[in-house]
Amino acid sequence: MTTTDQMLAEAWDLSPAVALRPEPFGAMAYHFGNRKLTFLKRMQLVDVVRGLAAHPDVRSTLQSVGVAEAQWPGYVAALQGLAATDMIRPRATDQARSVQEGAA
Amino acid sequence: MTILETRPVVARPEGGSLIEQFELGLDAPICLTWELTYACNLECAHCLSSSGRRDPRELSTEQCKAVIDELQRMQVFYVNIGGGEPTIRPDFWELLDYAVSHDVGVKFSTNGVRLNPERARFLASTDYVDVQISLDGATPEVNDYVRGPGSFDTAITALANLQDAGFKDAKISVVCTRQNIGQLDEFKAIADQYGATLRLTRLRPSGRGADVWDELHPLPEQQRELYDWLVANGENVLTGDSFFHLSAFGVADGGSALPGLNLCGAGRVVCLIDPIGDVYACPFAIHDNFLAGNVLADGGFETVWQRSELFTELRSPQTSGACTSCAFFDACRGGCMAAKFFTGLPLDGPDPECVRGFGEDALASGDRVLPPQGKDHSKANPTRNQPVMLTLSRRDDALAVQATKPPVSACAENPLAGFTL
Repeated sequence: MTTTDQMLAEAWDLSPAVALRPEPFGAMAYHFGNRKLTFLKRMQLVDVVRGLAAHPDVRSTLQSVGVAEAQWPGYVAALQGLAATDMIRPRATDQARSVQEGAA
Repeated sequence: MTILETRPVVARPEGGSLIEQFELGLDAPICLTWELTYACNLECAHCLSSSGRRDPRELSTEQCKAVIDELQRMQVFYVNIGGGEPTIRPDFWELLDYAVSHDVGVKFSTNGVRLNPERARFLASTDYVDVQISLDGATPEVNDYVRGPGSFDTAITALANLQDAGFKDAKISVVCTRQNIGQLDEFKAIADQYGATLRLTRLRPSGRGADVWDELHPLPEQQRELYDWLVANGENVLTGDSFFHLSAFGVADGGSALPGLNLCGAGRVVCLIDPIGDVYACPFAIHDNFLAGNVLADGGFETVWQRSELFTELRSPQTSGACTSCAFFDACRGGCMAAKFFTGLPLDGPDPECVRGFGEDALASGDRVLPPQGKDHSKANPTRNQPVMLTLSRRDDALAVQATKPPVSACAENPLAGFTL
């Protein structure tokens, strides 16, 4: 399995420390923790990032936003870039989450 | 200054480069500079804002908080607070606290005068606050010459207090001049000693800087020295994108531009709010020609940012005159607007410090008129903190005479001639 396929199957969220500010061309993402700033240069990428939390995996997020399959590798590369600075982070699995919620 | 009835609609290229998008402007600045007061305990010779005296129209605490509320709504996540000396405003710490608790991070610039051990401990306990200490010489001689007597010691004491309090990663902000470019390694050593990060910025001919720019701006060979030093040390040194006019060096070498946007962000991605709420295109352009509006008089900061006629114009395609045909135009994009304006050069021509020398030619051409500064808050009378900017030296011809001819009498040479001490 390629790293693209792997990420497509994973569940991701916008990092809780990140705010997205709409811009005419996309959005600016700001991380309050590490203070990194990054720009999302396409509206569709903003929709994908905002949609991550509502979908079980990256693949279904891309489908829901209507990103053509041919563009998926590009979008996954962009998401990996965002993951490298903790703008998005892997979602805890259902099992892990239920354990956390049980503890809370 | 005029505020437009409606926000202009700008056609955007889909998926264009970030630089192209930035040139067309953002919904809110990335980071803005806010001079909280024109009052200052120092009178630095090169002060960008000609600071010294408090302006009686200075925004009140409540008005400042309203600006912070608006920045939070606009999602401006970071503000550079400066002055004047911001920490001498009695409500400075209250405003700092207010900003941080409203999701507006603060980096403030100070000469260090109020950073005693107690304040340093307070700062060390906060998150989301950066402190930047100004230091324009790595030795008291070089620093105090432009910043005034005792200012080196004040800055170093502040750095030591921050370090002792456990404050991590303070910034040391250096304006690069003819006198301190040879000290870059020493500045780095000071930063390392105090666990700080070095930040280098460009000397601009703005404010009182116009008076000393001819004497202090780096010589062409020093620009090369600075560029090479940045390339060698750049990873651990901040520049605030200050030196994009030097990027042509890299392109000429077959490399690339310096890291950063390499773009004039004035009115596009940055701006300045001054102590009375006037909004200018950039921190280096406190002049009526670059005044977009006022946060009190013109319906708030967002209105000024999004609808002022000036900012709309700065976000529309610019002509770059002779520079457009230069092979390095993409590297420097004509340089700094404020540097051109305050040296009396046309805005669509080369930067006065153009690395190809076109700026020097334009400066030498002689038909330029320096704009009046007009926004002067300098102190009216001399004070003990004022830099003197005199150096003692001997006339060359006097030395030559001394070397070749014996004095007519012993006393003509020196009242102590013939005595050994």
